[in-house]
Amino acid sequence: MIEFSRVSKVFDGRKAVDELDLVIPQGELAVLIGTSGSGKSTTLKMINRLVEYDAGTLRFAGEDVRHFHPETLRRRMGYAIQSIGLFPHWTVEQNIATVPQLLHWPKPRIRDRVTELLELLHLEPGQYRGRFPHQLSGGQQQRVGVARALAADPDVLLMDEPFGALDPVTRAALQEELRRIHALSGKTIVLVTHDIDEALGLGQRIVLMEQGRIVQQGSPLELLTHPASDFVRDFVGRSDIGIKLLALDRVADRTRHDEAVGGEPIASSSTLREALSAFITRKVDRLPVVDEQGRPAGTLHFCDLLEAQA
Amino acid sequence: MKIHHPVQLLLVGLMLASAWGLPFLTHAPNRLLTGTGIELAALLRGERLWLLVPVLPLLMAPFLTPLRKTGLAVAIAASLWLAGLTWLAGDEAARLAGGPDSLVRTSFGGGFWLLFILAGLQANDALRRLNGPGGRQTLAQLAVYGPVLWLLLSGRLEALSVLKEYANHRDSFDLALWRHLQLVGLTLLPACLLGSALGLLTFRQSRARGPVFTVLNIIQTIPSIALFGLLIGPLAALGKLFPASGLAGIGLPPALLALTLYGLLPMARGTLAGLQQMPEGVIEAARGMGLSPRQRLLRVELPIALPVMISGLRVTAVQAVGLAQLAALIGAGGFGAIMFQGLLGSALDLVLLGVIPVVVLAIAVDALFALLVSLLEVTPR
Repeated sequence: MIEFSRVSKVFDGRKAVDELDLVIPQGELAVLIGTSGSGKSTTLKMINRLVEYDAGTLRFAGEDVRHFHPETLRRRMGYAIQSIGLFPHWTVEQNIATVPQLLHWPKPRIRDRVTELLELLHLEPGQYRGRFPHQLSGGQQQRVGVARALAADPDVLLMDEPFGALDPVTRAALQEELRRIHALSGKTIVLVTHDIDEALGLGQRIVLMEQGRIVQQGSPLELLTHPASDFVRDFVGRSDIGIKLLALDRVADRTRHDEAVGGEPIASSSTLREALSAFITRKVDRLPVVDEQGRPAGTLHFCDLLEAQA
Repeated sequence: MKIHHPVQLLLVGLMLASAWGLPFLTHAPNRLLTGTGIELAALLRGERLWLLVPVLPLLMAPFLTPLRKTGLAVAIAASLWLAGLTWLAGDEAARLAGGPDSLVRTSFGGGFWLLFILAGLQANDALRRLNGPGGRQTLAQLAVYGPVLWLLLSGRLEALSVLKEYANHRDSFDLALWRHLQLVGLTLLPACLLGSALGLLTFRQSRARGPVFTVLNIIQTIPSIALFGLLIGPLAALGKLFPASGLAGIGLPPALLALTLYGLLPMARGTLAGLQQMPEGVIEAARGMGLSPRQRLLRVELPIALPVMISGLRVTAVQAVGLAQLAALIGAGGFGAIMFQGLLGSALDLVLLGVIPVVVLAIAVDALFALLVSLLEVTPR
């Protein structure tokens, strides 16, 4: 879907992006991660030509992005940013309808699409469509921001630290929404973050960047189990790599379905990291597991956490 | 007693001082002689003492607990007191006036003016604390002067010398009013267009910001009389080169040019400030979603900047009302013509006839724009 080949960008004589090679296939959720100034945001912005690259080629859907008119290209890509940037003089509905309106969709279709998106992002349409951005909380604003980015059913969703300014609870909720939306729509998503937990939790492919180059790319498991260098090892968290590995798997994967014990249950959709925390705080070695509907689903044994990683 | 409003206390103190210390009216046998002063105390006899009723709340104003009710009461009392003062002056002037051919002149004295201004300030201060929506507050501020306006229009003040001057100069007054409005109106259009264009330019090109505002600041520091004078030469030369253009060194065109130049700074500043207060990320989001530069300007940037831009226009307009007064010096007319006629003839009442309407006009223009801004801000931002 998106192919970088030897793409470079120079700012004031300094290479912000240095001969980057990267392929993001259709339907993948790729996370660009790195420290400040690593070139991750620049890389993202080159995709929708907010930043023009200096050398190499960057293809979108098989065609050089420079062959598109910038506005046409951008209307085919959703764009969500940390500062959200909702238009303060427009209602939630008008904000979400921005791109469909630019594409001259018929009014009833826009209205239906807004309703659909508000429902998707868990904002009651009747209550929220007429509100103005300043009447919303930060989390609600970013929900609208994500809905706006998805409005015209774009081929690609570009997100620049979309959850960076939110409190941890709201951020976790929105990460969960994004995971759900990705699973539901199968859209290609490119997300920039500096939060390694966010990257490990969301990404199918993680691209770790430093000084305009890719240091390592791969699945979360690969990054944790086979870090290519000390830099990667430090970045993913040298001392708690084990904890982070646990965060990649769900309780459901290790549940013994034929056993049952008493006590306060844990949800099968929780991560093993959360399960570990529950074992330690409750000082037990077995936890009852319940499924999404709250029905008993079996037992999780402490020793099963150690089972070899698949 | 606790003092809740120190400002009101100061105003009350000044009110008492000016009621006793300065003549309320001056009276002269004709317009050339200096008048003799008449004290306020000498006028308040018999039934006229009722006029003092609204003074009581005004005297108490500094000590009233800050409530909506008390603020409103003070404003109403001030409004009645303003009307009472004006009526008293008109009534006394009528009593002193001789027959229809009499040359007797009764004018406002220093005491009247101070009492009038202080009561106006008391009302303003009291209403300011009402915390209503901006538009309603502006209307309330104007309503305070309603009774005075009614007295003026009802003809009860005709015996006062300023209104005698008005009767004598009615034609030139109407002409001056029309010309003054023309000067202000014709200044606003180009100042608004050019000023906002400059504001937009400096917003887009931050490198242009320094030079543009330096030039505009320099223009602002040139005394207006000097600028009017400076423009005579070049414009006269242009007029000679192109006789068909109707340009000349004096008259309306150079006055409009000077007023427009003065209007650029507030307008450009207002536009730049309006654009700069754009919430973070709005422009990046607009670009990222594929709005063209034109769509960005018309749909996003200008609507968001509009209230602050109108504030800039408000400054430009009020400034133009004042500066247009001096345009009379280069033959552009307006109320300045009446004022200078009065100054040259040592006719103080004629000077007032040229000045008071400008003050009223400035206040009215200011209120109009305040109203406009508040209307724009009521629609949620």
